[in-house]
Amino acid sequence: MSKGIPHVLRAGLLALLLAFLLTPQTFEPLLKPLVQANAPAIYNQGSLLSLTIQHLTIVLVATLAATIVAVSLAILVSRPIGAEFLPLSRSLVNIGQTFPPVAVLALAVPVLGFGEKPTLVALFLYGLLPIFENTLTGLTTLPPAVMEAARGTGMTGLQRLLKIEVPLAMPVILAGIRLSVVISLATATIGSTVAAKTLGEVIIAGLQTNNLAFVLQGGLIVGALAMLIYDGLSAVEQRLSTRA
Amino acid sequence: MIEIESVSKLYDGRPVVDDVSMVVEPRSIAVIVGTSGSGKTTLLRMINRLVEGDAGAIRLDGADNRSIAGYELRRRIGYAIQGHGLFPHKTVADNIATVPTLLGWDRPRVNDKVRELLSLFQLDPDVFGTRYPHELSGGEQQRVGVARALAAEPNVLLMDEPFGALDPIIRAKAQEDLLAIQKHFSTTIILVTHDMEEAFRLADKIAVMDGGRLLQYGRPDELIRQPATPFVEALIGASERPFRILSLKTVGEAVEPGGADGPPLPEQTSQKDALAQMMWTGRHAMPVVTAEGNPIGRVTLDGLMKRAEA
Repeated sequence: MSKGIPHVLRAGLLALLLAFLLTPQTFEPLLKPLVQANAPAIYNQGSLLSLTIQHLTIVLVATLAATIVAVSLAILVSRPIGAEFLPLSRSLVNIGQTFPPVAVLALAVPVLGFGEKPTLVALFLYGLLPIFENTLTGLTTLPPAVMEAARGTGMTGLQRLLKIEVPLAMPVILAGIRLSVVISLATATIGSTVAAKTLGEVIIAGLQTNNLAFVLQGGLIVGALAMLIYDGLSAVEQRLSTRA
Repeated sequence: MIEIESVSKLYDGRPVVDDVSMVVEPRSIAVIVGTSGSGKTTLLRMINRLVEGDAGAIRLDGADNRSIAGYELRRRIGYAIQGHGLFPHKTVADNIATVPTLLGWDRPRVNDKVRELLSLFQLDPDVFGTRYPHELSGGEQQRVGVARALAAEPNVLLMDEPFGALDPIIRAKAQEDLLAIQKHFSTTIILVTHDMEEAFRLADKIAVMDGGRLLQYGRPDELIRQPATPFVEALIGASERPFRILSLKTVGEAVEPGGADGPPLPEQTSQKDALAQMMWTGRHAMPVVTAEGNPIGRVTLDGLMKRAEA
């Protein structure tokens, strides 16, 4: 793993992002050349800051749900008692990944209506696979001598899981969550096609009015968020795995 | 006392441990030797029920080892393995504290025990307690592994090739330490190895296994003088026999009256080492002294040669 973007660049990117979200008007001169004469250069149909917060909230909720389900499922099928469910679980999460989010939205809208819910479902399904596979890999590739010692010292199955297996697998599990978050951050934008409040609104508005500045600012905010979150989670993983 | 009575273990209908019976006396060291696949590790793991037997019974101080839950049994029996198996995400102190913590000892008692064991294994508690296993050398990791196994003061310690990953010099030191520790705690030890040198150095009794069967179980000198089968004889090594016999006794037991020139041998020196020194320096006799340095006689080349005869 890389050590991440050097701290200075990371802090700079964060400062730039916050500055843009809090005082978008100061950046108008930069974006002005991209739009036609009378068109607005800064998104004017809502607050960029609140859209960003809503975007992050949707991603957070979907990833949290995906993490709970995928990690639980991986723990279950890595126990002797759940081993026979492994192929079934794998098929289910694979379907979640291969089914295009757009199709999930199309199918979910008639059932759940317009708004955040279809997007949450699509992101949840899409995020399961990396977390499930990484958790499973983490739990099944622990050093045999360590597992033997854990049994040999008289730990019960639950004690081994909580005190040894999950802590040791944590860096790999986190890597799965990180992957899932980054995918979800980008994918969440299409939620705005079914009226979810995400940064996709800005991009869609730009496409509809042929406003390149809108498309660019929507895309750049999502990109910056993805880089910063990816970086932050990498740093956490790094801290955890230096001890293991 | 550990009584193993007619135990067997089958994998896919094939016996890997086949009707084995043996008794390990309290406060003694029994070493199980054999080639890989002989069933020696399986037999060891049946004692703390990491492997459940298919037939027979194992009793620890008279109590059947199936009378309590497996995890409770394992908290009462020390277990040290090759490659130490230390928990990489826990400090040395927390690793050693594993079993006492599982048993619910209070914090001060656990801390005292950790410090006592680290000192006993010549690791400064203030320096090593807070380190992580990957920050230790191989020999230090191995010592922490044994310390962890002894933390709850078990009567019985099972060891599966505990020194297998160590280089020869550290291994010899680790074996010496183990003998000292065993005396200190009066622990009954069962140790599995494929290293015959190690077996003769440590064992009060040696069990030889092959193909799941116990071929011979006896004192080291019995195995050398009366091997039960050609396999046992081959395992010991026919040409090694006289040296193995001499390695079992100290010069203190071979002292003759009289004096001799040359550097004195402490009485705890093994007869094998004394012979080697005489051959190397071309002497026919060497003086023997007590640990305090008082002369008590001499050992002679002829005397040692007689002792090594079949």
